[in-house]
Amino acid sequence: MRDRAGPASSAVTVAEPERPQFDAIVVGAGPAGSAAALELARAGHSVALLERGPFPGSKNVYGGVVYGRILDELIPGWYDEMPVQRWVTRRQTMLLDGERSMTVDFRSQSWGRAPYNGATTYRAEFDDWLAGHAQKAGAVLVPSTVATRLLRTERGRIVGVRTDRPDGDLTAKVVIACDGVNSFLAKQAGLFPGDQAAHTTLGVKETLALPARTIDERFGVSGHEGVDIEMLGCTQGIPGGGFLYTNSDTLSVGLVLGLQGLAKSGKRPEEVLAELKRHPSIQPLVRGAELVEYSAHLIPEGGYDTMPQLVGDGLLVAGDAAAMCLAAGIWLEGVNFAMGSGMYAGRAASKALSSGDLGALREYRGLLESSFVLADHKKLRKAPELVLSERVQQRYPGLVCDLVELMFTVENPKPKPGVRKLLRASAKRNGVKMRELARDALTGLRSFG
Amino acid sequence: MNQRYGDVSFEDRMSHVDFRVAEQPHIVVDTDVCRSCTTKTCVHACPANLFVPTAEGGILFNYEQCFECGTCYLMCDGGNAISWSYPDGGQGVVFRHG
Repeated sequence: MRDRAGPASSAVTVAEPERPQFDAIVVGAGPAGSAAALELARAGHSVALLERGPFPGSKNVYGGVVYGRILDELIPGWYDEMPVQRWVTRRQTMLLDGERSMTVDFRSQSWGRAPYNGATTYRAEFDDWLAGHAQKAGAVLVPSTVATRLLRTERGRIVGVRTDRPDGDLTAKVVIACDGVNSFLAKQAGLFPGDQAAHTTLGVKETLALPARTIDERFGVSGHEGVDIEMLGCTQGIPGGGFLYTNSDTLSVGLVLGLQGLAKSGKRPEEVLAELKRHPSIQPLVRGAELVEYSAHLIPEGGYDTMPQLVGDGLLVAGDAAAMCLAAGIWLEGVNFAMGSGMYAGRAASKALSSGDLGALREYRGLLESSFVLADHKKLRKAPELVLSERVQQRYPGLVCDLVELMFTVENPKPKPGVRKLLRASAKRNGVKMRELARDALTGLRSFG
Repeated sequence: MNQRYGDVSFEDRMSHVDFRVAEQPHIVVDTDVCRSCTTKTCVHACPANLFVPTAEGGILFNYEQCFECGTCYLMCDGGNAISWSYPDGGQGVVFRHG
């Protein structure tokens, strides 16, 4: 049997290679890996970019939108060539409770014009495009190849990876692990302690075909404009949320479910998703659409406090492997953090290689801290916990819907009650103490401020 | 497994996913351990519905239509009942619209 990568796989000890085959090996041709390989190749270093799928993106799933601002730096003019489904010009946050929903709906036509904000895309196309740039810059893409183990010297320095190919050991001066949420390489290096299940969610998604014109009509957009809807209160008590976004002629609708909550619930993921699709606010949007793909993937949602060590001896970790998904309720981002961290990992590695001092790899963390990657995560470190808390998940959607319903239900001849009184009544009805509400509001302000 | 949720049967749901099935399984379940597992979380948490409880209290597992997500090994309550790895390079699920 070929060598394999899994939770039980471990690093192998090897002699220090006299002449490493590559300057750098990047494991995983997702957005983090391709960004890292691109930076390294541009700086003139030899790079192998390993991908376990038959092509970049084939193992990857995401929940919505690629925010392209970091691409300005990586690939100037990216928006004229990136494989885009639709540019998001309309963004909604929806709270669902029973048969009710309350939506904040924002539209900006300028998001549909250069330099754009966010786009929907298929990862099979997007990741392949980004990896293509790394290749054009000189990186060697090696698809259909699993990096199964780290190669480590007796002194503990990482000097390459074992792959599942015959005679598959590849050596390099630096290894960058962009091997995704399960990151067996970061675990082999001992960088990833802690209870991963506690802060990992399962994403399930259906891609549903619908004619472009029908999508335009149902979602109030036209041409290349698109919609991104983020939902709360649609997961039947399991901590998590939902999403629905438009592609050219498909919709993507899905859920993110906390693993432990899912385990406790005894429910099946697609059962919870089917229930969301029956909600009166969602059903008219997805009606008659034909399933073209069902997909699932894990998401590292714990944020800053659950990240692994980012730098090992001869090793850097980036993207989902470093738990860099930002799941902060109103902000749900991941691909941009992967690209950003990969880019800085590539830069730090490039500098270390050029100077011949591998100690310079430690500058990776500083580059991340002075950019959005760790600055956003640090600022929002309390947000994942708040967003996944019992009150936000199970009580506030009902509270908000009650409040709005009480405000707009006309009870003539009774006079209108004051909003403060309605708020108190709504809080009470949903088992929320005003003190708790005030405290969460303050926590929210502090974490999002 | 032909449970229906909404308008799609599970079989139908999975028939829309592209899999390059390897000859060797990449997941092996030690069903002796499963017999003493009271929660069997894998049975309902696996998004591909690959774990089926048997009448004897064990688990029947099919690896062919696996999303390779990792939910099962992270949630397994039965010690090391699930030996999990990625499939060999190029094998397994191929997402087109992920």
